Amino acid sequence: MIGHGNDRPRRILSIWLPALAMDRWRQGGGKERREFDRQPLVLIADTAHGPRIEAANRPGSEAGARPGMMLADARTLCPQLITAPSDPAGDLAFLESLAVWAQRWGPWSALDAPDGLLVDVTSVPHLFGGETRLVEDVHNAFARRELAVRTAIAPTAGAAWALAHYGPPGTIVEGREGIARALSDLPVAALRLDKDVVTVLRRLGLKRLGEVSTIGRDAIQRRFRNRKSPAANPLIRLDQLLGLVPEPLLPVVPVQMPLVQRRLMEPIRHRQLLDTVVSDLAADMARELEGRGLGARRLELGLWRVDGEVVVRRLEMAAATRDPAHIVRLFAARLDDVDAGFGIEMLRLRASWAEPLALEQGDIEAAAESHGTSLSACIDRLTVRLGPRAVSRPVPFASHLPERAQRWQPPLDPEPASQGLLAFHERPLKMLEKPEMIAVLYATPDGYPQRFRWRGSVHEVVRVEGPERIAPEWWRERGSARLRDYYRIEDDHGRRYWIYRQGIIGDGRGSDRNGGLPDWYLQGLCA
Amino acid sequence: MIHTDPAPLPFTAFEDVAAISTRRSARWRPGLAAQSGPALHSEIFASSREGAGAAVALALALDDWRSIPRGEGREEEDRREVLWVQTREAARLSGRPYRAGLPLELATRLIHVLADKPEDALFALEEGLRCRDLAFVIGEVSGNPRALDFTASRRLTLAAQKHGVPLFLVRLDAQRDLSSARMRWEVTSVPSAPLRWNAQAPGVPAWRAELFRARTHAPGEWLLHQDGVRLKAMRERAADNDTGGAMDWTAGLQRRRLPQGA
Repeated sequence: MIGHGNDRPRRILSIWLPALAMDRWRQGGGKERREFDRQPLVLIADTAHGPRIEAANRPGSEAGARPGMMLADARTLCPQLITAPSDPAGDLAFLESLAVWAQRWGPWSALDAPDGLLVDVTSVPHLFGGETRLVEDVHNAFARRELAVRTAIAPTAGAAWALAHYGPPGTIVEGREGIARALSDLPVAALRLDKDVVTVLRRLGLKRLGEVSTIGRDAIQRRFRNRKSPAANPLIRLDQLLGLVPEPLLPVVPVQMPLVQRRLMEPIRHRQLLDTVVSDLAADMARELEGRGLGARRLELGLWRVDGEVVVRRLEMAAATRDPAHIVRLFAARLDDVDAGFGIEMLRLRASWAEPLALEQGDIEAAAESHGTSLSACIDRLTVRLGPRAVSRPVPFASHLPERAQRWQPPLDPEPASQGLLAFHERPLKMLEKPEMIAVLYATPDGYPQRFRWRGSVHEVVRVEGPERIAPEWWRERGSARLRDYYRIEDDHGRRYWIYRQGIIGDGRGSDRNGGLPDWYLQGLCA
Repeated sequence: MIHTDPAPLPFTAFEDVAAISTRRSARWRPGLAAQSGPALHSEIFASSREGAGAAVALALALDDWRSIPRGEGREEEDRREVLWVQTREAARLSGRPYRAGLPLELATRLIHVLADKPEDALFALEEGLRCRDLAFVIGEVSGNPRALDFTASRRLTLAAQKHGVPLFLVRLDAQRDLSSARMRWEVTSVPSAPLRWNAQAPGVPAWRAELFRARTHAPGEWLLHQDGVRLKAMRERAADNDTGGAMDWTAGLQRRRLPQGA
């Protein structure tokens, strides 16, 4: 059953970069910073009480430096600590760019400051070949950028976050039971609570998520009844984790304004030339907007004069449009009072407010001639001329009989779900529309034909593999149906076929035509 | 070396005969598409009594498709569909493609067209060649229909060149007629090498392929078989003592084709 959008569970991919600040510092300065990989290094921030450690690399943390420690304390543990200034603002900007980059795995992504991302991968994984492949792709992409990463995919953002931070790396869970099962062993810190709340829970003896539900909702409700924010109330966080309470996320949407410009070889001073350039710009803008499926609501035309002045003319439309003639007409009235001075050397047209506008159909034939038709257009043309039944796609069907195990369906329909094929069954490349009876001239004692006649000429069988016995499907065939023994054969010219014997001698189900002897058929041509 | 049937070559005043001969001496070999681009229009002559024609068409198409380097700005994995056009007569003679027996990467990407008349099949082939979302097109036509004359094959060649979609046209039980195909093969099945664990069973499919007309290659004859995902070509003599290693790419003179049944 294809979902209707609302009943499909959401799939959220959570990406946690545990060493974001350190990785970014390491990539910031070419090769020389990578030489510190083997030495204890910490990133520090200045506070009122002296420098405090923000991040430590692996040798640094092995030497005892922890984020949040004072540098002086860490120096007592490890005197040879190397320090570098941390850059939280730069890290946040880097994380924002990462969030936009992470949209390669899903339609939208959200920041999970200070060091995480959430990507909505609902109904995307098939583009990567399944969720495990998607997670592999994420890991590979981050490994190429030399960023340490932990990921998880879950139906809710909370669960994905918890698994990415505290679960095994690359976990994928489905359904509410799956969440409950996967998260029951995680520590309570996985609930994204404030530190003091985690401390309270720990003092109550609740160390794991599975234990929070053991003491009853009412008790926790009473304990935290005056905490309204989600980060301070474990119950709200638990419900968000299981998807009982919605948790809206703020997606990162990169906005790029459509912008076209012309730099002119000669500064223009005459109105006629200006109109020509503006109409060129409007045509460029129309193409730009058409490519994005947008129409402009507000346009800004900037005119850069030779003497350093900039004249800006703004235009607002009542409805989204990208008709160049319309834009030129509207601007024509606004350009009467432009003083060109010594000339205008650059013009820029910007659509600072654009709305979606459906595409119109232009000349299909011309476009198809220049750069090919699309698949759907090709199939349309084929079905119109050859009839709807002529164009089809083979899909597997659950049946033991080879001729029923493949069905034909319209080419662009989604494939029905099916079991995997058995890899050890060799199947022919092509199958005849109907199995053709072959006349066996000489059969071996083992039971397969040594020499047979098919379509008027005789074949000598040299090699055989078989039999593969396929019994009749008793639930849909009559009781008198006979079983089939399939053989893959090769004749003396190297031609490879797939033949079967219908029935066995003495099964009492044959026709009276040849006294109950089994018939032989040729069904497939092998490669 | 004497060519009995020199392929048509663009001959200009600036090209001397030596240049032509060096161009002609480029031997066909599997994976050649990596250097010289795919063979855009090939014809494969085969008997309808065996599956060799379609099998070699698929093998050659997949070989080209795999060996072409993925250019800049292309998708990482080519998931484009494959169009397989058959006339009703060809489907009756040699059967329809069977999904379970197709190469793995094609099983989910096949679109099959069954055309009543050869004219419809040619229309479908040309439409497929004009479609940018197809990896390659395979056609199967039986006999020498009147619709498939030199003009029709020229149209197919031009469409394939214009849009860069390779066409492999299998001609079942056909005479070698006029055609503008860039490469023309004649294929038959040959006995397969015995399997390691079951010498009695049919082994890895092998075919004898004779390239009897090609625009940029000298004609020659090879034994083809599919080695995993790669197409391997051997000379006839190398096949006897079963040396899978060093290949000898010097093509001999064309063997005289034996009459049928000899």
